Amino acid sequence: MKQFITFVKKEFYHVFRDRKSLMMLFGMPIVQILLFGFALTNEIKNAKIVICDYSNDVTTQQIINKLEASKSFEVQRVVSDHFQIEKSFKSGDIKLVIVFPENFNRDLLHLNKAQVQIIADASDPNAANTLTGYATNVIRSYQQELSSNYSAPMQIIPEVRMLYNPQLKGATNFVPGVMALVLMLVCVLMTSVSIVREKERGTMEVLLVSPINPVLVIIAKAIPYLLLSVINLAVIILMSVTLLDMPVNGNIVLLFVESILFIITALALGLLISNSVESQQSAMLISMMGMLVPTMLFTGFMFPIENMPVALQLISNIIPAKWYYIIVKSIMIKGLGFASVWKETLILTVMAAVILVISFKKFKVRLE
Amino acid sequence: MELNKDNNKSLSNAGSQLSVEREVVIKTDKLTKRFGDFIATNQITFEVYSGEIFGFLGANGAGKTTAMKMLCGLSKPSSGNATIAGFDIYRQTEQIKRHIGYMSQKFSLYEDLTIVENIQFFGGIYGLSDQQLKTKSNELIETLGLQKEANKLVNSLPLGWKQKLAFSVAVLHEPRIVFLDEPTGGVDPITRRQFWDLIYQAADKGITIFVTTHYMDEAEYCNRISMMVDGEIKALDTPADLKQKYAVSSMDEVFYELARGAKRNE
Amino acid sequence: MKSVELNNIVKTYNKGEIKAVNNVSFSVNKGELFGLIGADGAGKTSIFRILTTLLLPDSGTASVDGCDVIKDYRTIRKKVGYMPGKFSLYQDLSVEENLNFFATVFDTTIAENYELIKDIYVQLEPFKTRRAGKLSGGMKQKLALCCALIHRPNVLFLDEPTTGVDVVSRKEFWEMLKTLKQQGITILVSTPYMDEATLCERIALIQSGSIMMIDTPGQIIKNYPDKLYAVKADNMSRLQNVLRSNEQIKSCYSFGDFHHITMDNVQLTVDNLLVSLQNEGLNDLEVKEIIPTIEDCFMNLMSS
Repeated sequence: MKQFITFVKKEFYHVFRDRKSLMMLFGMPIVQILLFGFALTNEIKNAKIVICDYSNDVTTQQIINKLEASKSFEVQRVVSDHFQIEKSFKSGDIKLVIVFPENFNRDLLHLNKAQVQIIADASDPNAANTLTGYATNVIRSYQQELSSNYSAPMQIIPEVRMLYNPQLKGATNFVPGVMALVLMLVCVLMTSVSIVREKERGTMEVLLVSPINPVLVIIAKAIPYLLLSVINLAVIILMSVTLLDMPVNGNIVLLFVESILFIITALALGLLISNSVESQQSAMLISMMGMLVPTMLFTGFMFPIENMPVALQLISNIIPAKWYYIIVKSIMIKGLGFASVWKETLILTVMAAVILVISFKKFKVRLE
Repeated sequence: MELNKDNNKSLSNAGSQLSVEREVVIKTDKLTKRFGDFIATNQITFEVYSGEIFGFLGANGAGKTTAMKMLCGLSKPSSGNATIAGFDIYRQTEQIKRHIGYMSQKFSLYEDLTIVENIQFFGGIYGLSDQQLKTKSNELIETLGLQKEANKLVNSLPLGWKQKLAFSVAVLHEPRIVFLDEPTGGVDPITRRQFWDLIYQAADKGITIFVTTHYMDEAEYCNRISMMVDGEIKALDTPADLKQKYAVSSMDEVFYELARGAKRNE
Repeated sequence: MKSVELNNIVKTYNKGEIKAVNNVSFSVNKGELFGLIGADGAGKTSIFRILTTLLLPDSGTASVDGCDVIKDYRTIRKKVGYMPGKFSLYQDLSVEENLNFFATVFDTTIAENYELIKDIYVQLEPFKTRRAGKLSGGMKQKLALCCALIHRPNVLFLDEPTTGVDVVSRKEFWEMLKTLKQQGITILVSTPYMDEATLCERIALIQSGSIMMIDTPGQIIKNYPDKLYAVKADNMSRLQNVLRSNEQIKSCYSFGDFHHITMDNVQLTVDNLLVSLQNEGLNDLEVKEIIPTIEDCFMNLMSS
């Protein structure tokens, strides 16, 4: 036991004396949260929009004036054919197109209701969401003005269409994603690099030629990173709650327990990598390419998995972060309990166990 | 400076091919490098002549590497002056680099390139023309007897061959001076001597050799040697005169006498 | 019982392409200071790694302190001390932290075996809070030696402990080894420096994975087959050229301020040689018969 404690102590010395890595360790989640935080700010000013007016009558003109008067919008052009719509979006800086169908005013006066189409570029889902909201508000207040002038109630029905990202995965989805990403990065990268560093510096040679049990070496290596990751997790949650108004609707203890399970899975992966590479560089490269990229692609917080080809959907199942992401979303946002995430928890546990067994088996007691 | 008083003697000792009127290719004057409070090299002053084999010895941490970096134009001195091949060490580092060659035990050739590719790469860096490159590399491969291995990767060569090849590449562009940092470390005794044969050949062509080594018998092969202790040059003379001065029979003992008093660590 | 024993050990890399150790057999007695002398790439490190259970041999058997290097690797790891060729301590830990760490790894304390390392450790004590990475070359060697000794091993393996270290530190290091030997520890040391060979009790000269000769340094020198002469002249490089072109000179190697030569004594006498050298215009000639060094023996074995 004393051997083990000394070992853990030594690992902590390494961690704290390597200022650069330590900065990265704690700086990265903070920067990520802040970055996504900016993406989440809900006030948008002077968004460029295009009006496609087939009707070109008094009412549409009045609505356009209202939109222009609002601080949120800046009407870029008024066009009158729908080919222009897609062109406008493709040009990139147009966030929203409002389409008035033909005979808008006539429908409104004669049928007491008219339709207006709001098309948003949802590749930035947060902005799209906010802007369609603003536009709907402007139209609704105009409708109220109208109604007070006329006896009959007038209805303008906005039809919202989201382009590029119809699911509108948004704000709240990012924080669980960032959590999965950061934990993955810290655990896989740091453990694999720290073990490979011992190989590179030749200290592993000395450790192997000692009576110490290799399993002990591994576990002792993992402990500091487990602890640091939990601290990291706490920082992320605290920041997202205070700065980004993220809810933690479920049980926070459950959230931490599930996170520790995910951390262990990631640590085991780091270990597996370190078994098969000889230099810190390749450890880093494999951790980045082999872990980070799949985590970003297949977790579902950036690209909806449902839209992927079946083959990729199947692959996504072997990415631990996918299951962790589901668990975190369920607990934090939906406020669900263990009963609803036991399946995902079981999958993660099995993954962790399998990877651990493989990496212990693969751990070399010799140099080759 | 009293250390240089025996220059003439060293010249006659160096062999008949050397004339008495000799051009100075390295000249330093109170060259100093400080790192904060630490003085790595302390006012070193010496001259090296054209075609000379100059041994640059010293204990670990005596300041050899720092001094060598300054002379190669890789590190700027804190004070003092020096000219290398007639170029100023502060202002003309680019010209200096063009007129020197460098080889160390640690880095010499690209292991994952073939012998021919290495020769062409390093020759190319120094601006040799295609025609020159072709004749030079054929010449070099022939002298080293590497015809069969010419298109093999460098990492498949034994260490001794690599070192010999690295040296030949370092003098490919016929530099005025070649700096060798422990070129024979770990090499077997026969190859080590073959390496020195190459050094002599280069010196005969008029290339000045500036070499560090841990093998004291190699110190004997130098025309003159300097001994650095604690950042200063404690002795500079021909091996024969140094042995006489300290009344010992080998360079090993000279080194021991001088370095024993060293106070400083790396 | 022999302390270390190797029988026909073979080790290849790259699926047999590179033969690192070629059928090597030798044994080391208890309490002996045994040297493995050879250049880089001769196979020294591979042999050390096989003996310290870090590598498996392709064939052959080996034992350390009575334990088989393959079967009983765990037992061996408790009994040996190992200092790899590359400085292999934690650069970011202090001298004291390193020592404490390795003491615990071997399930002991500094106090328990302080006697053994005392002489070395007192030299390190003034720097005990300094990070290992900031020590001088000589100091690093001493710390590494302390760490390898901390558990009082029965057999100590030192892989090129003096490579890249200056003459003064090298002398000190060998002094320390002599003291350790008196404590009854078997020491295997490898070195590329031929002049260190005479400091060992017995040595193995190794080249290209094969052992050329094993004996005491004195006996190896005695076995040198020819009379060896040292020759000197006013122009050494010309002297070498002249000697090399003389067919009666069997070998000629430069050696410090002399050239060492062997010659066909039936046809050539020292006097004849002097005359022929003078005829070549060489002056200040000196020829004397000398006792060979280990390096002479090594080169002789290499070229035969």
